[in-house]
Amino acid sequence: MSVPVEETSLGLDNRKLAMWAFLGSEFLFFGAFISTYLLYLDDFNNAVNGIELFDIPYTSVSSFVLLMSSLTMVLAHAAHTKGDMRRARLWLLATAFQGMVFIGGQVFEFTAFVKEGMGLTTSPFSSSFFVLTGFHGAHVTVGIIMLLSLWTMMKMGRIGPGEDLKTEMIGLYWHFVDIIWIIIFTVVYLIPAG
Amino acid sequence: MSTDTKGEQDLGTHDEHHPTERLYVKIAIILAILTAMEVSLFYIAIPAPAVWLTSLAVIKFVMVVGYFMHLKYDTRLFTQLMLTGLITALAVYGVALATFLGTTRP
Repeated sequence: MSVPVEETSLGLDNRKLAMWAFLGSEFLFFGAFISTYLLYLDDFNNAVNGIELFDIPYTSVSSFVLLMSSLTMVLAHAAHTKGDMRRARLWLLATAFQGMVFIGGQVFEFTAFVKEGMGLTTSPFSSSFFVLTGFHGAHVTVGIIMLLSLWTMMKMGRIGPGEDLKTEMIGLYWHFVDIIWIIIFTVVYLIPAG
Repeated sequence: MSTDTKGEQDLGTHDEHHPTERLYVKIAIILAILTAMEVSLFYIAIPAPAVWLTSLAVIKFVMVVGYFMHLKYDTRLFTQLMLTGLITALAVYGVALATFLGTTRP
């Protein structure tokens, strides 16, 4: 159901403004974890060197999948804007699927690390690594839930062609987790392992 | 309560200058190429790889927020909101890292 909104003093939709304020604050959230990771980069507590466990080709593929999910997300929004709901739903499903591939890859990676002897509490390095990448994974998971909820509501006809702001808002969140991963992939994986 | 209501599309959230789907695909191809360059830099010995890797990441970041998140086309207020969080984070954690990096931990 399309809900009319009050005209605002800024002439902007407050919901989109709130989303951008939220995303701005998320930089502080992830910045804290990235800084902690950098502080403990060499603190392996005489246990396994976690950086040597990184599988860069594997992580590169999952990074590529997440990057391409941003394309399908923006195509879903473009289709919704044009009122092509069938294509919008298709692109949303593609985005959610790529998100699930990324999360599956992260679960596999975490499992491999634990088998190699690097658990959550093994060392300050491992703790900061798992907390940072785990929180990012949690954000991706929330994004997948939102994408599938949006898809379901579109399928049920509860979100129609004139309500593409909803797709845009979820898209903003999805692209945000993508840009955070762009930073993590470089700062956490490529630079220390290089 | 004001009775002057407007539909979602009338509040300046959707301008008419969003990129075409063709441009989105072009951006994605460029992002894929930049990612391939990042991974390549990991395998070849070049001076100051961190600088190159960071530069590529910044370009990817700007392209995603500019085109996919529409900041290039939306009101500047959204850009300012994002930059407020980003610059605050860089400043706060930059100071924290400068303070603690290199110190001996107990």
